[in-house]
Amino acid sequence: MAWTRKILRVNLTDRTCTSEPLNMDWAHDYLGQRGLATKYLASEIDPKVDPLSPDNKIIWATGPLTGTMASTGGRYSVVTKGPLTGAIACSNSGGYFGAELKFAGWDMVIIEGRASSPVYLSIENDKVELRDASHLWGKTVWETEGQIKSEHQDPQVRVSCIGRTGENGVLYAAIVNDLHRAAGRSGVGAVAGSKNLKAIAVRGTLGVGNIANPKEFMKVTFEKKKILKENAVTGQGLPTYGTQVLMNVINEIGAMPTRNHKDVQFEGARKISAEAMHEPRESDGKAQLINNQACFGCTIACGRISKIDATHYTVVNSPKYWGASGGLEYEAAWALGCANGVDDLDALQYATMLCNEDGFDPISFGATIGAVMELYEMGVLTKEEIGIEAPFGSAKALTYLTEITARGEGFGKIIGLGSKRLCEKYGHPELSMSVKGQEFPAYDARAVQGMGLTYATSNRGACHLRSYTISSEVLGIPVKTDPLTTEGKPALVKAFQDATAVVDSTGLCVFTTFAWALSDIQPQLQAACEGDWSMEKLDLMGERIWNMERQFNNAAGFTRKDDDLPARLKTEAAKVGPAKGLVSGIDKMIPEYYDLRGWDPEGRPTAETVARLGL
Amino acid sequence: MQKSLHIDPLKCTSCLQCEMACSFENYGVFNNSLSRIKVFEFHHTGAKVPYTCTQCDEAWCMHACPVEAIKLDKTNGAKIVLEDVCVGCKVCTIACPFGTVNYVAETGKVQKCDLCGGDPACAEACPTGAITYVDANWTGLERMRQWADKLGNPSA
Repeated sequence: MAWTRKILRVNLTDRTCTSEPLNMDWAHDYLGQRGLATKYLASEIDPKVDPLSPDNKIIWATGPLTGTMASTGGRYSVVTKGPLTGAIACSNSGGYFGAELKFAGWDMVIIEGRASSPVYLSIENDKVELRDASHLWGKTVWETEGQIKSEHQDPQVRVSCIGRTGENGVLYAAIVNDLHRAAGRSGVGAVAGSKNLKAIAVRGTLGVGNIANPKEFMKVTFEKKKILKENAVTGQGLPTYGTQVLMNVINEIGAMPTRNHKDVQFEGARKISAEAMHEPRESDGKAQLINNQACFGCTIACGRISKIDATHYTVVNSPKYWGASGGLEYEAAWALGCANGVDDLDALQYATMLCNEDGFDPISFGATIGAVMELYEMGVLTKEEIGIEAPFGSAKALTYLTEITARGEGFGKIIGLGSKRLCEKYGHPELSMSVKGQEFPAYDARAVQGMGLTYATSNRGACHLRSYTISSEVLGIPVKTDPLTTEGKPALVKAFQDATAVVDSTGLCVFTTFAWALSDIQPQLQAACEGDWSMEKLDLMGERIWNMERQFNNAAGFTRKDDDLPARLKTEAAKVGPAKGLVSGIDKMIPEYYDLRGWDPEGRPTAETVARLGL
Repeated sequence: MQKSLHIDPLKCTSCLQCEMACSFENYGVFNNSLSRIKVFEFHHTGAKVPYTCTQCDEAWCMHACPVEAIKLDKTNGAKIVLEDVCVGCKVCTIACPFGTVNYVAETGKVQKCDLCGGDPACAEACPTGAITYVDANWTGLERMRQWADKLGNPSA
């Protein structure tokens, strides 16, 4: 079983909270989290709905392995129609909130409508109520969590909430739990804000007890944890260096998008790398990194806990930032650093803290600043308009722009629209490094060809987590493929997309797949959930989830032309490194990919594909 | 050989595998709120510290109990709560200087670590070695070794 078999449905317009049974037929076809929540969303809303209208819904969803001893079993997803893209949005977070929601007895929370004034949802096992949040409106994520814990007189309460950016409609606002874990991408926080929903606070003391075969589950999860421990990436690289282990690796292979993708290597990468986070600094002789932290149930523990240099210009007069806090992850370090040419490690730590504090996606934000800086250097944007001189490499500009975006002041309001709308507004749509309106993450599509196809076809707009072919193309997991060629990449991307769709629906973290194949997850599911969970079933399920998301996007109006990369990546060749002279071969890969997917030339699943997958 | 639980907070990542192992071993459910070992996170410093009963030789809880509901397991030194004898008076929770005997409202009894009969599930589940079950005479050995390393290998 492993599911609680209960859904909490909350209608904010009517202020009602009702319990309903989980559709177990759907659970067997879509598992949980990403798959199952998308199934519910797609069945309940019109794909053409305005994402920020009361007609959109937003779902917090756990998976069958959330809240169990399976390693990394603490994940939850937030699923909605995203305001940044207009496509399906599904953002995944760790920390402790997901397990707590499951312990309270709920597989999912479906939020509908819009409250007439700010509210938050309080869940204490079966005791569920909407409470007034007028006093929390205008507060940051950090203040909100502190305030709720204090009002509930319970330090154990877990909070998933939005900051000021979610309230202000920043189109890449996140939903943050446990202070610095985030359902970060696609603007899920703006949807919560549009509904006047500030937070979900949950305390669960019922636990997860309905494991189908407990003895077998303990045995198999123990064996699989051993594999994670013995693997070089999950056992050493990630715990020691975090995801930042990639900074120097990706830079060396010339796949580091730099200065809004004008360059593919960043000369300052070393100064903002994992290694730099370990080095003692001049001011106090201490390293920025304090230690590593796990999310619930995770035996990898890639999370960074850092302390900013208290003498740094950004915080010298702000003691509230001096304590330990969530540290730099690779994607944030790239977007805030390389994408803008900024190599000041503490400026990046400051910016990443503000992203956590006010809940916005550092990837989309940092990449948008990259576009701002390019427009500034072209003379399209001026100091008067922006509020500061903003050439590439200016840490002062980066931190100033982070502050005004967090607070929703002045030019920060324009930055909050994301790079696509910002670049269109100033007459240079070609400078937005995005797909479907969502900004690229930290791998250059010219130097890692599979990632180009990953970005172009990702159902939530540009994203590395939908098919992380870096594993194969750079790290050689499970087999090494040549990053510079397009050959074989459509099949590789499809295989990664389908497998990841399953992982994202289990309650486990995709980082396990550096060491585990889907066949390592299968026996854990089989022991936890009753019924048949064969590899065949899971393979088909991954494909089914992918095509369901695609159908939602098709119905929302997305077509072949939206599966494309910006002209820069197709016409401006990489200037240095192994990919020197190369552009993305995206146009070559798309038809083959559609063919493998069983889609027509317009990118729509054919009737035969739909029937085969039972959609 | 007497063994004891040994905790090295510097190795803890706050994954809570120990808490789940404890609740599963004792109640057959993954439920951190029922765990007899607790991990405390000190956000401002980044410290994470697992904490539970260290099985004092002269156990305050045992001596304070008016109905002799806490007894010594002579095979491993654990102080065990006899649930059917416990009257839920909570005097032991006051007597314990460390707070590691806790009242459970749902059962009306107290609970504490009983070393799982000599094979603690928390130590087995801990992925980083922050919780180990070691020869009681050598509880400080690992830290001694680290300092000896500093003394003997100053430049390493």
